[in-house]
This record gives sequence, C-alpha cells and structure tokens, in this order.
Amino acid sequence: MESFALLIAATLNAGTVLALAGLGLLINERAGIVNLGAEGMMLVAAIAGFAATATTGSDWLGFAAGMGAGALMAAAFGVLVIWLNTNQYATGLALSLFGSGFSAFVGIGFAQGKLGERASFAVPGLADIPFVGLALFRQHPMVYVAIGVAATLAWFLYRSRAGLVLRAVGESPESAHALGYPVRRIRLAAVCAGGALCGLAGSYLSVVYSPLWMEGMVAGKGWIALALTTFATWRPARVLLGAYLFGGVTMLQFYLQGQGVEVASQFLSMLPYVATIVVLVLISRNADFIRINMPASIGKPFHPGA
Amino acid sequence: MLRLEARPQPSKLLSLVSPLLALVLTVLIGVALFVLLGQNPLRGLQMFFVEPVKSLYALSELSIKATPLVLIALGLAVCFRSNVWNIGAEGQFVLGAMAAGWVAMQAGPGLAWMGRGIVVPILLAGVLGGMTWAAIVALLRDRFNANEILVSLMLVYVAELLLSYLVYGPWKDPKGYNFPQTITFDAVTQVPRLLPKLRANIGTLIALAGVGALWIFMFRIYRGFALQVGGLAPLAARYAGFSSRSALWTTLLLSGGLAGLAGGLEAAGPLGQLTPHVPAGYGFAAIIVAFVGRLHPVGIVFSAILMSMFYIGGELAQSRLGLPKSLTGVFQGLLLFTLLACDTLIHYRLRSGKGK
Amino acid sequence: MIQPSKRALLKFTSLSVVAAATALVGCSKKEEAPAPVAAAPSAPAPAPAPKPEPLKIAFAYVGPVGDGGWTFAHDNARKAMEKAFGDKIVTSYVEKVPEAADAERVFRDMVGQGNKLIFGTTFGYMEPMLKVAADSKDVKFEHATGYKQGDNMRTYDSRTYEGAYMAGVIAGGMTKSNTLGVVGSIPIPEVIRNIDSFTLGAQSVNPKVKTKVVWVNTWYDTAKETEAAQSLINGGADVLFQNTDSSAVLQTAGKNKKWAFGWDSDMTAYAPEAHLASAVINWVPYYTKAIGEALDGSWKGGGHTWWGVKEGAIDIVSINDKVPAELKDKLEKVKAGLKDGSFVIWKGPIVGQDGKPVLKKDELADDKFMSGINFYVKGVEGKLPSGGK
Repeated sequence: MESFALLIAATLNAGTVLALAGLGLLINERAGIVNLGAEGMMLVAAIAGFAATATTGSDWLGFAAGMGAGALMAAAFGVLVIWLNTNQYATGLALSLFGSGFSAFVGIGFAQGKLGERASFAVPGLADIPFVGLALFRQHPMVYVAIGVAATLAWFLYRSRAGLVLRAVGESPESAHALGYPVRRIRLAAVCAGGALCGLAGSYLSVVYSPLWMEGMVAGKGWIALALTTFATWRPARVLLGAYLFGGVTMLQFYLQGQGVEVASQFLSMLPYVATIVVLVLISRNADFIRINMPASIGKPFHPGA
Repeated sequence: MLRLEARPQPSKLLSLVSPLLALVLTVLIGVALFVLLGQNPLRGLQMFFVEPVKSLYALSELSIKATPLVLIALGLAVCFRSNVWNIGAEGQFVLGAMAAGWVAMQAGPGLAWMGRGIVVPILLAGVLGGMTWAAIVALLRDRFNANEILVSLMLVYVAELLLSYLVYGPWKDPKGYNFPQTITFDAVTQVPRLLPKLRANIGTLIALAGVGALWIFMFRIYRGFALQVGGLAPLAARYAGFSSRSALWTTLLLSGGLAGLAGGLEAAGPLGQLTPHVPAGYGFAAIIVAFVGRLHPVGIVFSAILMSMFYIGGELAQSRLGLPKSLTGVFQGLLLFTLLACDTLIHYRLRSGKGK
Repeated sequence: MIQPSKRALLKFTSLSVVAAATALVGCSKKEEAPAPVAAAPSAPAPAPAPKPEPLKIAFAYVGPVGDGGWTFAHDNARKAMEKAFGDKIVTSYVEKVPEAADAERVFRDMVGQGNKLIFGTTFGYMEPMLKVAADSKDVKFEHATGYKQGDNMRTYDSRTYEGAYMAGVIAGGMTKSNTLGVVGSIPIPEVIRNIDSFTLGAQSVNPKVKTKVVWVNTWYDTAKETEAAQSLINGGADVLFQNTDSSAVLQTAGKNKKWAFGWDSDMTAYAPEAHLASAVINWVPYYTKAIGEALDGSWKGGGHTWWGVKEGAIDIVSINDKVPAELKDKLEKVKAGLKDGSFVIWKGPIVGQDGKPVLKKDELADDKFMSGINFYVKGVEGKLPSGGK
C-alpha cells in the first residue's frame, strides 16, 4: 500500500509542471489566442530560474525570474500576434524554436551547475496521517500553489466581472470591442499572464523537479500542456485533472517496470501519449460539446474597426 | 506615435522584399551575437553563407539536408493552406523510414531479379508508411473531431518509441553485438547517387519534380484551388460545394506520403540502416521551411536551401570557430520571427500620427 | 495568402540572382577543398623546418561537454592531453554531433581541416567513421565502444563494468532494505553488463540483495532520470546506481535521504550527503598512448583496446566517510585484485536469472562473451526490454 501512496505523491509532483503550464495556456486560449510557443517559453524560463537560483541561492527568486522570462517572451509573441496580426500558429512555432535555441545558448555556462541541497517539505501534522499523509502532504509548496491557481482561475473566469470580460473577448472580440472594451490590451494581458504561468512551470522544473540545467529539458511538456487545454475543454479544474492523469501515467510506466511487468519498456513509455489521444478522442467525439466549450475566436486574428 | 494602417491592397513590392528584409535583420542580429561572443563576425557569416555552397561537395551535402525539408514542406504547405495543421510530419517521416527500411531488409538472393529496381518499392513503401500514419490523424479528426495538431504530435512520440522497439527487438541485427540497429542495407538498395563520391542522390531530383507537380496542383488544378479556398474561407467553400472532409483526407494523405517519402530516402540513402536516430527533426524544421517559403512551392525551395545553410553553417561554426551549436536554433527562430514581423508590412503600412 | 504566379516569378528571379551571386562569390574562393580526394593536405615541409607542425587532433562528442558525465570525462582527458603534450599537438572538438547521417559530414570536415587523428566517442559514429576512414587513408581514426576496424581505424573502450562491480560492493554493504535500484539508459550489452556486474559486486558482500531496474531509453534526460529514480525509491530501493549521464539520480537520492553513486565523473558535489562513491572513467592513460603512438609513428590500425582498473582507466573515487572501514578494506582488496589481474569479475560460477549457469565454475568469460551480454544474472528482477532472456 505504501508504494501506492508514493505513486500518488509522485503523480502530484509530476503533474504540477503540466498543470501550471496548462492553466497558463488556458488563460491565453480563453482570450482567443493559441500560443504554440509554450515549449520555448518554458525552456527560457527554466534556464532563467536555474540561473537565478544558482547565483542567489533563493528558490523563490528563481521562480520569479522564470515568471518574468515567460511573461517577456509572451509579450513579444503578443505584440506580433495581436497588433501585427501575424499568424498565431506560425508565430508560436517560431517562439518555440527560438526559445529552445536561445535557452541552450544562454545555458551553456550552467550545464554543470548545482543548486545545493533541496529542502524536503511536509505539512506539519497532516503529513503524519497514514497513507493520506504520505500521498498528499509531503509535497513542495508549488504543488499546492498549482491547485490554488486552478481554483482562483475558476473563480476568476466564472464568478468575477473581469473574467466575464475575458471570456467575452475570447468568444467574440468584435462584440466586446463594440461594447467599448480594449480588446487588444486585454488579450495582451492574458497572453502575458499565461506566459508568466508557463514560466513558473518551467522554473519549477529546473529548480525543484530535477534541479539541473540540461538543454531541452522541458522535453515536450509544453506540447502536452497545449493538449491539456483542449481535452480539459478549457476548464481549470479539468486541466488539473488532466495534468495529474498525464503525470500519473508517466510515473506508472516506471512503476510497472520496477514491478517487473513483462511489457517492452518502449510500449510502457508510449502510455502517456496514447492516453492523451484516447482521452482527446473521447472528449471530442461530440462536436457540439467541443463547439460549446471552445472559445469561438481561437486562432483568428482580430481587426478592430475592420 | 507610430501606428499601423491597413493598405488598400497588399503591397507587391513588400511581398518580395519582406523575406530579404527578414534575412538582413537576422544577419544583423547574428553579427551582433558573433561580436558578443568574441568572434570575427565576417568569419561567422562566412561559415553560414559561404562555406555551405562553395564547392561541389558542399552543395552535395546541402542537397542531402535540403531534400527532405523540401519534400516535407511541400506537403505541409498544402495542409496549412487548407487550414489543416499537421504538426506531426516527423512521425510520418519515421514511419516512412521504417516501412522503407523493412522492404530494404528483404533484399537478398530471393529478390536479386529486381536488381537496383528494388529502390522503387522501397520508396513506395516509404510513401505508404507516411500516409498510413497521417491517415490515423485524418480518421480521428474526421470521425471524432479530435484536434489534428495534438493527435499528430502525440503520434510523433509514439512513432519514435515504435522505431526504438523494433530496432532493439525484432529488427535488431543478429550480428551486431546486440546494439540497437538493423543490418546495414544491401548495396543494391541504396538510393542511386547523382555523382560518384558525392552523397547527393536522386531524391533531390524527386524533390524538384515534386515542386513542379505541386505548383501545378495548387495553382492550375481545380482541386488544389478548392483546397485553398477551404482554408481561406471555409463557409464560402462549403457553399460552393467543396467538401472539407475530402480536403482533410487529401491534404493529410498527401503530406503524410511526402514525409514518408523523405523518410524512405533518408533510410535508404545517407543512413543505409535503421537506428533509433532516424528522427532528425526534419518534420519540425519543415514547418518553418514551409512558412518562410510562404507556403509556395518555389519559395519552399529557397527557404529549404537557406535552412540547410543554417544547419551546416552551425555545424561548421562549431567545429571551426568553437561557437555553440545552439546558434543554429537561434538563427532559425529569429528568421521566422523577423519574417513574420516583416510580412505585416505587406498588408499594413507604418504611419505616424494619432493612433488608437 | 495566395500569391499570383507573376509575383512568384518576380520573387524567383530576385532570389535566384541573390543565390547566384552568393554562389559565385563562394565558388571563386576555393581555399580549402573539403573533398576527401584531395592529396595529403599536411603541411609541406620545406628543407629547413625548425619545428615539426603540431599534430592536429579532433574529437567528436555526442553530448555537450558540460554534461558532467560521459562527454565531460572525454573532454577532461582532452584538456589534460593539451597540457601534457604542449605545442606538439593542437586539439579541437565538436560537441553534440548526432549519431546519424550528419556525423559523416562532421568527420569529413575534420579531415578537410587537416586533422590527422580523430576520436569518435560514441557507438553511433561507427558507420560514418568507417566511410570517411576508407576515403582518408592518411588520417587515423579511433572509435570508442565500437567493434568495426580498418587499416586506419581502431576501437577502444573502458571496462566500466569494473567500476560498476566496485560500486556494487559498497552498495551491498550499505543497503538496509536489501533492494538496490538501477536507472538504466539503453538496453545495450554494455549497460546490461554493468547492471549485472553491479549486482555481482553487491552479492559478493551481501548474498540477499535484489536489483530492480528501470529503463529510461535515453542517455541523458534529467526529468526522466529523476522520475525513474523516484519510482525505484518508492519501490523500496535504498541505494541507487545509474548508467545515465546526469546527476539527477544522485540528486533524487539526496532528496529522499537514500544513497547513490556518481557515474563516469566525480559527482560528489551534487549531493554530498547521498554520494557513496563515484565510478569514474579516466581517458588520460589511453589518450596518452594513442597520441604518443601517433606522434612517434608506431600507431597501427585494427585492434581493440579495452582498459580497466589495471591500466588506470577505471577507478572508484571520493568514497563517503560513512562507509565502514571493513567495507572499504574489502573494496581495496577488490581494486588491488583488479589491478594486478589476480581477481576477475566474470569468472564462473555465474548463474542467470533462470537459475541456469552462464559460466561454469572457474570458467573465464572471453571478450566475445562479454561484448554480447544480453541477460540478467540471478538477483536482478524484471525482464529485459524487447527480447533478451
């Protein structure tokens, strides 16, 4: 039983990076912008965070640096896509490519960096409850932050006026514009906020999750996070669940290997990706369901006064 | 205050100048980077722009890198113009290589009657392999509305793992000391080369033929025209009776087939065997090639050459000047960024005055 | 974004003018022909040559020099060679050369740049090096971890399994749960041999140990290595070992207050509390020999050199103070035995997972057996991925 509790704990940890990035992308997409540059943003944030922590010794400065880097890159993307109306998909891809090259370039000096002993955390009292304590309460604070962000975002989107405006901008920017809302600035704010969250995810990866710098260390998590928003049908709570599902399947394949399961390890490694496709198919089956939930203006450029 | 004002019609001049402008901007930033890194910028530029084209050998190497990029980008151009976002060309490339490799491994005394002709079924297998993988994406989008960006991307990882399984397991060279690789393919299966002692092969000719064929398809054939209208104005297309469903299948099968062909050429050409290192990133680089080439067959040729120059130049800059390899990615990303930014000038002009 | 064909034609023309101009400029400056058919481009020696031209040596690395593991070890040795041989040699390297079609171009360029001794430091360079070696008979090629040779190409490797065995000795003595965990990179014979040797070493001091293996299917991926290490710890392992290139496994062990080892290079600094020892590779002895032979003309192609503790290529260093003295003594005895040849790891009786002997009593494994190891010894749990017994 203990190993199962540990599996849950590992799942929560593994899913946090995806959750934070996915929530950030969700904010983007709710405003109608698809940012395919998630991978690049996370990479630059990862090296920014690692560098900051390595030089100052503070994890939280590392997170801040990561958020800043993510927001900055997102802002560049935002200006191109929102004001210059460049193609969102192409610009996002350019961001990803540039981000991976740039982070590798900047990170050369940090390749052998170490961050010192990483603290381990436990919620006092709760951590000692048998099973549940082991499974849920010995996590890095960021794991709880991710859950908090999801909850806050859900409240923001569905219970606050500002969230309503954001959703309106995502559904129909023309109508929002007609109502007098500064659509482009709102979109930019959404893009930057999303970038900051992706940056947080990236810096969590390099500062806490596997505290080393390695080129390309995000290893596709940015793309998975993009998938998450779709199969969570753009709802924060579902993004969280999807992130944990994915993280869980990833840890599961190692768990199964350790248990001596007789399946070729490559097929076990495929599990997370196949699981994503399966869930995607299940969710998308009902076209109306998707159409109802998807922000209508996703991917489309907005021309005020056009 | 500078603002953008829509032009009454797109500027012809700028649509020609924009890619050059983007290149110039990228070069300028590159020079700045070289200076920052303490390198002579002229030497740096020489690595990227002169060395890769200065001899027959260099051009031959360039063609090896550019051919798969052209093939894949051609297919992607058709896809993107039709608003079908196939991001998984890399996976289709791998499947093509696997299928072609399988046929190549059958070569032996039993098939000796085919002689060099075996190259044809090898390449056809590559095409079929890529098409099959893309068909999965089309099927899931057609029947279940699953987003093709995500499905095709997930399938890339699956394809790589599948290759790894085969190469470590059933297809492993029994005399290879258990290293993960297949047998080296028989000499007879090798894609015919263009010139002795150089690696350039007929794949380049196939790619050029593809350019011509796709140009005709996109701009002279009704079907191709219909596909693009579907991408630009889906409602209008539907009204005119163009089926978005057939557009989906056509574009995905076409790009899958082309990516698979590129994979087959790589496996039976420069590689000569299957290893876990078959996926070389061409499927993703081709996306950039397609965009920088403006989704136009002729433009793609030039942008593929340019991208290949960046790749090879990056290698040379590393080995001759000690510059980091990551520069290649930086330049490629920069090029696309600057191109996208400069492209805006085609549709908008800069004006000073009161803005919004 | 449909461009009318006229615009495309204009663009075609202008870009082709640019391309043609570039090509003309480039072609007119044929400085160094990288084509391998060129005659020996070594410096022509005019009669009064004051000093012989330094030997140009190039290294091709598969990873980044900063990986702290495999490539780092090679590069450290390269730097040591520069110091040792001074101005007799000039070295250069290219890192992150992929093990695919691109490698051939890199090697040809190295030849074209006048390098006379080229080291390729990973298995995947075998075919490209063979091709280039065939075309460049005056250049010497050294291929690490490969098995094909030629007139001007030979192979070399290090007995990493000796380091693994020694680590196993420590692991067997330090484990309390009797469960050891290994993060395996890629299921090739070299790695399987290391896992087996690690287990044999542990069993020599503690017959009850079991080894669990998790494969990450890559040499270098910090997140995957972290996850794999965590899952091994979750499964009860309290001493970890790895065949991957980063220090993620060691760091994960540190986070969980378990033990682990450094691999390929000394990784103490990454998690001093968790670090039991590092099994390191030292390429300096071999590179000294190879370069020395190239300089004095005694270098011969063909042949395979496989050095270990005896020749100073493998060692186990930075042993944690917490390792009890008697365990350290046992280790020293093993090391001494390996050094003078009196102790051989792969000598029967050795039993496979299925209980059947793979080496009978006192039977010695020959190099062919060693290079093809594709089975787990008894005590290792799980099945080998995709095939293998």
